[in-house]
Amino acid sequence: MHLVAVANPNPKAYLFVAMALFVLGAVGLLSRRNVIVMFMCVELMLNAANLTFVTFARMMGDIRGQAIVFFTMVVAAAEVVVGLGIIVSIYRRRKAVTAEEASLLKG
Amino acid sequence: MGEWIVLVLGAAFALLGGLGVILLRHPVHAALMLVQSLFGVAMLFVAQQAHFLAAVQVIVYAGAVVVLFLFVIMLIGVDRAEDIRVEPLKGQRPLALFVAALGLVELIAIVAMQNDFGGVLPKTFEGTNVEQVSAMVFSDYLYAFEITSILLVVAVVGAVVLARRAPRHIDQTVDQQIDGAP
Repeated sequence: MHLVAVANPNPKAYLFVAMALFVLGAVGLLSRRNVIVMFMCVELMLNAANLTFVTFARMMGDIRGQAIVFFTMVVAAAEVVVGLGIIVSIYRRRKAVTAEEASLLKG
Repeated sequence: MGEWIVLVLGAAFALLGGLGVILLRHPVHAALMLVQSLFGVAMLFVAQQAHFLAAVQVIVYAGAVVVLFLFVIMLIGVDRAEDIRVEPLKGQRPLALFVAALGLVELIAIVAMQNDFGGVLPKTFEGTNVEQVSAMVFSDYLYAFEITSILLVVAVVGAVVLARRAPRHIDQTVDQQIDGAP
């Protein structure tokens, strides 16, 4: 019986991986200055959320969790397109893509 | 046993890649580490029988999205390394780590204490994974699927408008622009 327990990892393990990935992305988003790298960190966090969806879909035996991840990927692709467009237009005006350059709204 | 191996390998890929994204100074290196991380997540999808999503993950994320990132990095010429020793705001890094540690503790507490996720033993789906996902997307989520096409068109139009150069003679009237006056 012990061997059976070893053969199948508890699905919670995937939740812990997703959690670590999400926190990594959050740290990067909060501490990097390059806007493009910050954007990559957002992608990391999105992927952590996707992994959580897939894990719950498996735990509950419900395929809808995977269908939702499919839609999340579509939205993420649209988000990347618009976000990179914004980054390009920031670069046109400021000739730099660090976050502290875009400080016009600072009080 | 096999699933353990895939789990450990995939988690190592994903987390080391994530560390690389946030620690490497060069944006191109960060993008390449992002590929590794996304590939690790795809491995974890495979380990959980989400075969369709794993394929889409590799094609859409590791393929299209990261290529788009690299394209923009090359286009605007930020192939110079960022000096990550400079702190953008005073005390931002420690504060970021503190907030992240707080969130981590919270998440660990939630997941570790909660045991009723609707069954801990992994259940296997009937039929192939691709058939199941497509049956769900094209029946229950058909309207959402159609609306995503609108979303993609809006995103493409928005990107074109954002990346367009500003018109050169912004102070011209419409008639002057039509006549082609300088």
